This record gives sequence, C-alpha cells and structure tokens, in this order.
Amino acid sequence: MSEAQVSDYRKLEESITLGHIQNEDRLSSELLTLNIGPHHPATHGVLRLIVTLEGEIVRDIKPVIGYVHTGIEKTAEQKAYWKVIPVVERMDYLSYYFNAQAFCGAVETLAGIEVPKRAQYLRVIHLELNRIMSHLVWLGTSALDLGAMSMFWYCFRERDAILDLFEMSSGQRMHTRYFQVGGVFEDIPTGFEQRLRKFIATMPERADQYADLLEKNEIVLQRLRGICPLDEQTLLDLGVTGPLLRAAGNPWDLRKVEPYSSYEDFDFKIPVGTVGDNYDRYRVRHAEIYESVKIIEQALDGLPEGPTITEDRKFALPPRHELATSMEALIHHFKLVTEGFRVPEGECYYPIESPRGELGCFIRSDGSSKPARVHMRDPSFSNLQATAPMCRDSYIADLIATLAMLDPVLGGIDR
Amino acid sequence: MPDATGLELIAGELRDLVDGAVVNTTFDRGRAEIEVAPEASRPALGFLKQRGFGFLASLHGLDYYPDEPRLGVIWELLDMSGPDRISLKTRVSVEQPSVATCVDLWAGANNPEREVYDMFGVVFEGHPDLRRILMPEDYEGHPQRRDFPVGGEEIIFTYNEEQMPGWTK
Repeated sequence: MSEAQVSDYRKLEESITLGHIQNEDRLSSELLTLNIGPHHPATHGVLRLIVTLEGEIVRDIKPVIGYVHTGIEKTAEQKAYWKVIPVVERMDYLSYYFNAQAFCGAVETLAGIEVPKRAQYLRVIHLELNRIMSHLVWLGTSALDLGAMSMFWYCFRERDAILDLFEMSSGQRMHTRYFQVGGVFEDIPTGFEQRLRKFIATMPERADQYADLLEKNEIVLQRLRGICPLDEQTLLDLGVTGPLLRAAGNPWDLRKVEPYSSYEDFDFKIPVGTVGDNYDRYRVRHAEIYESVKIIEQALDGLPEGPTITEDRKFALPPRHELATSMEALIHHFKLVTEGFRVPEGECYYPIESPRGELGCFIRSDGSSKPARVHMRDPSFSNLQATAPMCRDSYIADLIATLAMLDPVLGGIDR
Repeated sequence: MPDATGLELIAGELRDLVDGAVVNTTFDRGRAEIEVAPEASRPALGFLKQRGFGFLASLHGLDYYPDEPRLGVIWELLDMSGPDRISLKTRVSVEQPSVATCVDLWAGANNPEREVYDMFGVVFEGHPDLRRILMPEDYEGHPQRRDFPVGGEEIIFTYNEEQMPGWTK
C-alpha cells in the first residue's frame, strides 16, 4: 500500500467533528489533539483514545481498537466444537464462564441437547460467582482511577476467594473450561459447598464496607454524581446493554426476560438507576453483587440431584470407569476425542446477560465437526461507542472516570 | 421469537412493501429469519424497526464458501416489549459486496459494520467512516473469509520490518 494512502488514513483517524460546538468565537481558540494509550493504566487494557481538547474540555473522542486482536473467531473455525470452549473463554478475560455459557448454549440449541438440571444450577452458581468477580475487578480498578488505592486491595481480596473456589471446582483459577457442551465438567468436590456458603455469608458485609468507604467520600461523590449522563434512548440507539443501560432506568436483563439455564427458578431483583450518570453506573453494579449472592444462595439450597452432564454419549465423554469394561464406551470416547461430535446444519444466535451486557454467540454449523462460523457479540464492543457521546463537553478528568465506569474489557472488544 | 406463522405474516407485509424483497424465510430451532435481496435490506430494516424491532442486538457477517453468493450479513433485531427476536439476512457476492448502511437507523451499527467490512470485505454504502477496525490499516485481504489461509505470516520484529510485505512506515 502506498504512503499516500496511509497518510490519508491518518488524516481520517485524527479527524475531528466540531459541528456540535455552538459558540463561533470558541472555534478561534486553540484545539489540542491528545493521544491517550494504548498503554495507559487508565484505559483498562490496550485502548487508544484520540482526544480533541479545547483547554480542559473534551470536544471529541476517537477510540482506536484492535491492539489485542488475536483472531479467536478465525481460530474457532479450525477446531472441533469441544476444543473451541477454551479459545472463546479467552475473549472477555474477566467473564470466561459467560463466554463458555454463550458458546455451549448455542451448540446445545443447534444440536438439541438437554442440559441436566443439576448442571444448569452449577452453571448458575459459577456464572454468578464470575459476575461478582468481574464487578470486583471493575470496582477495584475504577476506584484506583479515582485515587482510592485501598479499594483495589479489598476488592482483590474477595476476588481471590472466588478464584480459590474456581480452582476447587475445576483446577484452574481463570479460563477454567468447566462448562462443557451438555453440562459441566464434573460435580463440585466435597467441601466446596461449605466454602462457598462461608463466602456468600461474608460477601454482602464486604460490599457494605465498600459502600461505606466510597459513598461517604466527598471526592468520589464529586467525581461521580451528575457526571457524563446519557439518556436511555441514545444508549439504545448505540446498542448499549447491561448495567450501563440499567443505570439509565431501563430494567432490561436477559436473565429475567429470556431466562436461560434455569434463571426463572430464582428470585432476584434488577437494580436500576434514575439519571444514568456515573454514580448510577456505580450503584447498579454494586447492587448487582448483592443480587448475585442471593441467586447463588438459592441455587445452593435448591441444588437438585442427578447427572452433571448429558447422558447422550454422542456429545459427552463416557465416565472413565466404563472405558475398561464397555467396548461401546471406548468407541464413543475415541470418536469424541479424535473427531469430535457433529452438529446438524443450521444457524443459531444465543444471547446471555454477561456482567457487561448482552453477550450473544452466533454459530453457523455446516454439519461437520467444526463450526463454520463463530461470532461473539461482545457487549464491550458496542458499549465502547457510547464513550464519545458520554464524555463530549466534559472535563478530561471526567473522561477517565467515565471510562472506568464504562467497564470496557479490551480482550472482548478485540477478540 | 415470532412463531412460524408470525414470521410469514411479517414476511408477507415486507413483500407487499417492497416487491421481490423477500428471498426466503426460515424458522429453525426457535430462530426466525428473513432473507432479503441485498438492495432491499435497508427498506426491510426500516420496516422492521417501525414494526417494533427497535433494538439492533447484533450485526455480523459470514462466509458461505463455496456456495454462491458467498458473503452473508445478518442483523439480529430485538423487540424489547415482547421480548421478540428476528433475524434479517442478506447475501452478496465477493465480486459485488455492497450493502446499504444502517448507521442512520442505529448509531450503534457503526462499529459492527466496520468489523464486517474489515473481516469479510462487505462495503456498507453510505457509512460515515468505513475503514478497518481490528486489523492494521495497511492489512491486505479479509481474514474471516473461508478461503483465507490460517497462519503462514511472518512475525514482525525491528530487524525484518523493512522486508515485510504490506508493511509501511
């Protein structure tokens, strides 16, 4: 490609939109283009922002992404269905259980697999633990951006307790590959329930303490309250979902409206905000921690007995002990491990509620043992588009706070 | 999801609105999909938005290689009052990969359309800022196409960056 084309691109990249500035005199004042990132702790990943400033006021933002694009969707097309799970888990690296649930759910819909009730409940327990974990990382790092260093340590203390639980059930702390097509990898071990109960007994109290630390802090309140609000209709036009949309007063939550994995069995509330400013965004996510604890408690109490993965041997590996005695089990095992299972032809879009909004997995199957197309509709990818409308005509310091409250995960954006 | 009958009703209304718009309708495993001709995609989206499917949940591309027309674009639309979902699909050839943009209907279609352009080379006519989003700006080819090879790309270091094809300073 010639040099002229690239410089044209640069021009486009650095182009600024000033049509919205009303005051004619102001145009004569000097505009400054400032590059933030891609390597900057306040961008929560490798996000690059080209910010046009007039004094301290942000006039335009152009986010530049793609720095951690690893072609996961392309990689997924080269692998058998069950080998795709660990790959998609690495997209949004803070909500790996959600990525796995979206993918497995899509495959299960295409193949018509019934997930046993116990597996559905175990999934819910891990999904909600993951939601708390994701919100804790968000809260800790966001508070760090606002100058509250201690919050980071407290949040990561609880996060570590959750990672210990993940390690107990699956052997891994992150990217656990616990969810399988048709159920979960194995039943929870002895002692898991006891430890989880201990954790959910302390978590609400810890969340109270976070609120005490933050909500009586004048600096935090001044940086959040009334800062960078965006109304519901603009958010909907931009495709924003999740806590950001709920902060603006729209109680849209896929766990309630399109229940999947037995969410209809649990009693929980959807926290909503009123004006959709940074404070509401903080409050909604903070309140979701309590609701997730409630869901986990109910799932533990009502955990049904039964198998943890589908009995259909065409999709799930046979139990290890059967391999020594049953020829058929051996054949199934061999077929699953070498070729993988085949999924009937078709297309499917399976949306779930991730900590950041609607996470949809689109799969096209051509009847072979590898997916012909895997696409993840990552909520961060759409939510990022709201940065510019949120931060326009506010201070650059508020841009950092708003970006923190937006909670983008670049692994999910770039995939 | 609208049921199979509901889907036919919507498709029928769309047929009345734009002559020859609907190519196919499928109702498969709970998913309702209308396939339209490429030139009818924009009026169809406008019609569905009017009909209540006011939220663009997802926009993605796919490649039907070796079937023709190869490239597909899918809009997953959502009616939040239902809740109800419907998919709109259109297929274009590699030689003429052109679809009308819907950024004027949903501002949030900006990033997804750029992604489909980047990964499949589908040109969205009228998009305000259509350029690559995930791949480097000087990248050649559209990597999500099924005939695009995996791997075989040399890794760029400072000592060999001058020799890399397609690498400009």
